Amino acid sequence: MLIGYVLLGFDMGAMIRVVVAKPGLDGHDRGAKVVARALRDAGHEVIYTGLRRTASQIVETVRDEDASFLGLSSLSGAHSHLFPKVCEELRKAGLGDVIVFGGGIIPTTDRQALYSCGIKAIFGPGTSTSEILRFIEVATEMDGVGVGESNDWYWQGD
Amino acid sequence: MNADIVLAAKDGCRRSLARTLSALENNTLDIADALSIIGEINGDNHHDSSWRIMAITGAPGVGKSCLVDKIISQWASQGKKIALLAVDPSSSRTGGALLGDRVRLSVVDDILLKDMVYVRSVATRKSSSSVPSVVSDMAKLLLALGWHKIVIETVGAGQSEVRCAAIADRIVVVEGPARGDGIQAEKAGLLELADAVIVNKSDMVGARKHADEIKQSFELGNGQIPPVLLTSAITGDGCQFASDVLLTLQSTGRSSKARWRERLLAGLEQRVLQNPQLDSVLLSLASGSIELEDALNKLNN
Repeated sequence: MLIGYVLLGFDMGAMIRVVVAKPGLDGHDRGAKVVARALRDAGHEVIYTGLRRTASQIVETVRDEDASFLGLSSLSGAHSHLFPKVCEELRKAGLGDVIVFGGGIIPTTDRQALYSCGIKAIFGPGTSTSEILRFIEVATEMDGVGVGESNDWYWQGD
Repeated sequence: MNADIVLAAKDGCRRSLARTLSALENNTLDIADALSIIGEINGDNHHDSSWRIMAITGAPGVGKSCLVDKIISQWASQGKKIALLAVDPSSSRTGGALLGDRVRLSVVDDILLKDMVYVRSVATRKSSSSVPSVVSDMAKLLLALGWHKIVIETVGAGQSEVRCAAIADRIVVVEGPARGDGIQAEKAGLLELADAVIVNKSDMVGARKHADEIKQSFELGNGQIPPVLLTSAITGDGCQFASDVLLTLQSTGRSSKARWRERLLAGLEQRVLQNPQLDSVLLSLASGSIELEDALNKLNN
């Protein structure tokens, strides 16, 4: 099924481009690299920003690289500040159609607020990479799930 | 829809620029159409320059990205608008790619320079086999939109990357210390195509010796000898000088035949891939009804 999906990507002539970013002061990027690698192996083009990016640096990268997905990783505890900030700046920059997902150490009590600010999936420790790939697949097919768009759907697992 | 995006890109909208480049990459926009939409208004801003497209290539890990960062920072601070196309390989197995050149680029974070610099990561997308012509089209578009200099950073590994370099007006090969003895420099390859050679990591042992070996190797041959420069992207030593030299770099003319060979092959490959008969010819080949020779004749007409 994965292969079929990759072929479909080629047929459409368009690859899915994903920016994987580490906002804020956080030096732990093993998770981000695992996700980047899984996305690459599924046939996507992944742009990794490196550590300690500001919200505006991340938004400029998404803009210049024409990415349709943005994955944010945070293990520092500052997600409730940083993720909404990135979402806000994406909307301000006219990038409301970009689909945003997050991961890292995000307590369940913090998640609802992140969903309400436009994050479409949150993947914690123990998530399988295939679940993340399925999210990408499902979200690509849906309408209006960009960070500045009206569909309030979010990924609730398989 | 494409026309609106191209026009917005012409007005300076960075997102539209990125989308126009994607359209070229995805074959949904033809470069000739894009250029006719843009028109010629930006056509005269290159009068001050000797070259427009420079390829920077070299083995993985010699410090190309760090060096490119230093050099385009210099150029941008002199008022040049620089676009960088950072080419990284796609996996031939899955078609995916991990594009990591941005990690080493600090110029895009410089609040004073970031509007002067556009960085785009390009995957080679081997499955579509048309990378060099796509990169060439992207460079043409960026020039038409008023970017002064286009820098293409490639890994000097595979054939498609060498061809990416060959579409450039100037080719700079980056080397590092401990890359083998003098015999390595004698071997045919990328160095033959070089208009300049930069030996990076000059802070490490053996860099000067390696630069001397490359110089000696060039002196054994005929024709104009390209400049061989020493830099250290990490300490900044030699980077200012290198960026001045590269900005006004002349073609050595040594390699124009080899370069045209690469361009010719890229063009030929592109023509075969775009031939409307390709599918039927491939089917006939697979079923054994025609020979390879007949197929080539068919596709060449």
